[in-house]
Amino acid sequence: MNTHFLTWGPIQISIANLVIIGIGLALFALAIALPFPKGRKRP
Amino acid sequence: MTSHVEHASTWTGRLRDRFFGALPPDKLLPEEQPAYVASWIYVFGVATIAALAFVIGSGLVLTLEGPLWYHSSSVGHYVNSVHLWSVELFFLFMVVHLWGKFWMAAWRGRRAATWITGAICFLASVGTAFTGYVMQTNFDAQWISTQAKDGLNSVGIGAWFNVLDLGQMLLFHVALLPLVLGGITVWHVLLVRKHGVVPPIDAREEETTS
Amino acid sequence: MSTDLASRPWTGANREYDLAKELVVALLVVGALVIGLAFAFGSPDEPSITLQTWAKAAPADFVSTAAAELAGTSGTATYGPPYNSAADGQTIGPLNLQKLGGVRIPVDTAQAFVVGPLHRQVGTAEVTAALSAWDAASADQQASWAGAYSDAIAAEPDGDYTKVATGDYGPAPALSAGLLAAAQAGGLDGALGAQGQFFSTDYTYPLLFLADGAYLEDQARAQHLGGDQWGMMNETGNYPGQSWLWLYTFWYQIEPFSSSDNADAWVWGLMMVLTLGFVLVPFIPGVRSIPRWIPVHRLIWRDYYRNHPRKT
Repeated sequence: MNTHFLTWGPIQISIANLVIIGIGLALFALAIALPFPKGRKRP
Repeated sequence: MTSHVEHASTWTGRLRDRFFGALPPDKLLPEEQPAYVASWIYVFGVATIAALAFVIGSGLVLTLEGPLWYHSSSVGHYVNSVHLWSVELFFLFMVVHLWGKFWMAAWRGRRAATWITGAICFLASVGTAFTGYVMQTNFDAQWISTQAKDGLNSVGIGAWFNVLDLGQMLLFHVALLPLVLGGITVWHVLLVRKHGVVPPIDAREEETTS
Repeated sequence: MSTDLASRPWTGANREYDLAKELVVALLVVGALVIGLAFAFGSPDEPSITLQTWAKAAPADFVSTAAAELAGTSGTATYGPPYNSAADGQTIGPLNLQKLGGVRIPVDTAQAFVVGPLHRQVGTAEVTAALSAWDAASADQQASWAGAYSDAIAAEPDGDYTKVATGDYGPAPALSAGLLAAAQAGGLDGALGAQGQFFSTDYTYPLLFLADGAYLEDQARAQHLGGDQWGMMNETGNYPGQSWLWLYTFWYQIEPFSSSDNADAWVWGLMMVLTLGFVLVPFIPGVRSIPRWIPVHRLIWRDYYRNHPRKT
């Protein structure tokens, strides 16, 4: 089984997990930064 | 809000009035939101629920042919893959939703219960996922269960919750915990509908005409 | 909270927001993602290790485990609650929650893992005689035989049970070898779990026995699933695992937990406290003010703040 891990000091993390965490952080940043469609005003 | 001519005199009537008093139809299913609900961060709650729908749906399909089906059937294996990826997305979206709610301090304005039920949803999800991992009937399940038992035994929980007992774990995962998690999720969403989406920090009183 | 505007129903400007449509779109988008990811990447499913696999791949490890079960020196045999009273278990300072749980899943390792299953097989004359000798002996005699055999195996450089020094091991070698033969033939899987019953959905016995050996852990460590490898977060193969467990497994990687006999209890205790903190954030001074001090919210609500500038 080909498994890929990164080691940095005491931290060992799989590439797959790192990608998931990276996507989560990216989604959060994009969600806050990207403009949201304006809606019709309602009384 | 409609008001009844007489006060309800039955349990049914009082229950109805209490529920629909707090959550009249136009609060349960409103067509509008405050103007400040204008960010993509707000879609992560519903995205979490959508992912949960696929977790439960794929889980239900997996139950149709029993817990060992997916090892020997390519269709079963695909459904297992759907179950795995919907779980990964479920946690991913839930965590982004949680981050957003923290930075918005969404517990303000008497919304502490919304935060608390949300936090419990997270914890219940971790527990439900755990029972899923130990009922995989494969090497991963063998390793996870024999490791997890040490943590649970060390605080006395293992004497009652035996992760090596496939039957117990299976029933927890498929019956007990989904019901608990589903119930708390519904409660969480109803609280959001009841209190409304939290206003911005330091929002000021404004005229009602915009 | 100055005016506590937040606790009153919103009377300001509104916008159209279609919740039902949002849910449908979410289901379609998430559905497409899930269907696509499952199709592209599939899912892992490493086959379970049967007792037969273990016995054939690592017979020396199997026999030394069997001997330790007979001797009462294996991990399970010396565990303490909930399996036995051989130890008091882990503590958090003066608190012994493991013992409080009680011995609710009693396991007599010699009987459950070795002698019992061998009695339920049609054995060789040698095994049958060994069983008779074992059953007739006192507990002290059994411990003496099995303990000596177990020590002799450990003393052998390769752990090779066929080359142990001569000694007074009684029927322990024959019982261990008999169990190995039964396992290699496939006769132990199922038998160890069912324990003479017809139906069984409880795998406590075979899992405890398997985990007492080194083979299971060797396979796990090869895939970075070990406790000191952040294994709790990982999945077999190249798949994403349980990244949400990062904080739980983190403590096991650092002192004082990494070298403590009570690591499990301490980590659980610590995580229970942190979990309570997480649930009760709205009530914790300081923590609940972090969003005010680090104003990420000014980005989220930038349109609102632009339209409602602060009065100077």
